[in-house]
Amino acid sequence: MAQKIFSMKEAVLHFIQDGDSIAMGAALEAAIPFAVGHEIIRQKKKDLTLIGPISDMLFDQLIGSGCVKKVVAAWVGNVIMGVGYNMRRAVEEKIPRKIEVEDHTNFSIALSLQAGAMGIPFIPTKSLLGTGMMLGEDPFKEMECPYTKEKLALVPSLKRDVAIVQAQRADEDGNTHFWGGSGVTKEAALAARKVIVVVEELVNQKVIRRDPNRTLIPGFLVDAVVLEPWGAHPSPMQGYYNRDHEKYISYHHESREREGYMKWLEKWVFGVKDRKEYLTLVGEEKMRGLLVKRHRKSLPIDYGF
Amino acid sequence: MNYTMQELMVVAGAREVHDDDVVFVGMRLPLLAFQLAKSTHAPHAIGIFENGILRDRPAGHALYTMGDTPNIEGAIWTTSMLDIMSLLQSGRVSLGFIGGAEVDRFGNLNTTYIGGRENVQVRLPGSGGGSDIASLSKRLVIVMNHEKRRFLERVSYLTSPGYGDGRNWRERKGLRGGGPCAVITTKAILRFDTETKEMILDSVHRGVAIEEVIENTGWDLKLTQKIEKTKPPTRSELRFIRKNDPNGFWTKMSRY
Repeated sequence: MAQKIFSMKEAVLHFIQDGDSIAMGAALEAAIPFAVGHEIIRQKKKDLTLIGPISDMLFDQLIGSGCVKKVVAAWVGNVIMGVGYNMRRAVEEKIPRKIEVEDHTNFSIALSLQAGAMGIPFIPTKSLLGTGMMLGEDPFKEMECPYTKEKLALVPSLKRDVAIVQAQRADEDGNTHFWGGSGVTKEAALAARKVIVVVEELVNQKVIRRDPNRTLIPGFLVDAVVLEPWGAHPSPMQGYYNRDHEKYISYHHESREREGYMKWLEKWVFGVKDRKEYLTLVGEEKMRGLLVKRHRKSLPIDYGF
Repeated sequence: MNYTMQELMVVAGAREVHDDDVVFVGMRLPLLAFQLAKSTHAPHAIGIFENGILRDRPAGHALYTMGDTPNIEGAIWTTSMLDIMSLLQSGRVSLGFIGGAEVDRFGNLNTTYIGGRENVQVRLPGSGGGSDIASLSKRLVIVMNHEKRRFLERVSYLTSPGYGDGRNWRERKGLRGGGPCAVITTKAILRFDTETKEMILDSVHRGVAIEEVIENTGWDLKLTQKIEKTKPPTRSELRFIRKNDPNGFWTKMSRY
């Protein structure tokens, strides 16, 4: 069995190439792979296509760094504060560079990934009809249903090179347990050619095999497993740490102007060599405050035979 | 009893929730509205969140986003977005709340490009689940700030469909029923003419003159027969809101 455990640096180096399309932040506002995103920026990856349903701050950070050529998403901004200023600057002023945007809805992103996961070219839907997203040739088309004659919008399968799965735990084979609202994580992983899993804990195989219903992604689809505690900070990770709201608020203010964003980038991304160093900036006291305190363990079940 | 317009909007939103509703809850004021409704007249309403959570009891702690850790506690079901969207598309979601940057005479919303795609003045975050909710939920309540630059004759880009250009547009486009039933703003509550499907003024909030609403609406706004004053919040409703939005993050600041 191939060795799958990599450091963050190695995983990004080997499995993410310039020009790749990457699904990130598939679980919406939770479990956002900020550590991966920051390493991508540090390694100066180029011409990436980012795919996601709702991107809370991460895509905005990546867009401002110049790594991004195209965004395929339903929502890009800062969920509690509103717009993403780098997204705005890129679309309105082509700063730091021109980007293409393929506008989706949450449902169409999910269907597009699902089509990829199912190995078929498109999935029909009753959403999208009559919206601005149906104008033009791409990506959505309209069809009359051959059975019922009703109008359908067609959502094509997305090209997807890499899926980042940010989860609680996995074993060394990449079998990944996830709990919480998974958004489009499973579909993204099943649709991708390469899957990088980032976890809070590496566990023994037995832990996974004692609860296979909790496995979101089977290891045979996974290329890399990265142990990176707090890898989702400032987003929340169920059972581990809460959302650091203050970081979203301050980023919103700091990134309002390009210069402010560059200072933020210098401090939080280029000024640290990895997530461990980033966490020293966050500070132990803050981290202690974010740890979940009201533990809610599930009750054991019996898979007996 | 002092209250902010946002607090009034929460209460107005809560009144739109029926006890047997399955509600696509969204965040911000609609989430507070849903929680309030469940604590009062709609205890059996079910809330769904697009990250994959279904709850029938309000979260015990204030939420900033649907992904916040307390949103799982006491939840009935955590699943994928596709399952939640399947409920929506199969007609099982009776109510959705969405907001917008621009709304027009027929309740269409723009949350993507101010100025249109070809002539972008402001790039907004995008649809999120809003377009899906507007297309597929049985009833839709729109929540937004009432300003002339937002209330336009026609949106510059159509992100989330209301009634298009009126009458049976939705049917012609292939949408299955639905459409907005109310627009709750910082100045008024508006509804839609059953035939023309254009937005008409229903009630005005206390302290707001009808003229102010008309001035801040970018088309010739029609009035219903009798313009009521929007029923204000009760003391206990305000207590609930303030307990669940302790720093007034949503209800004491204008973010819409």
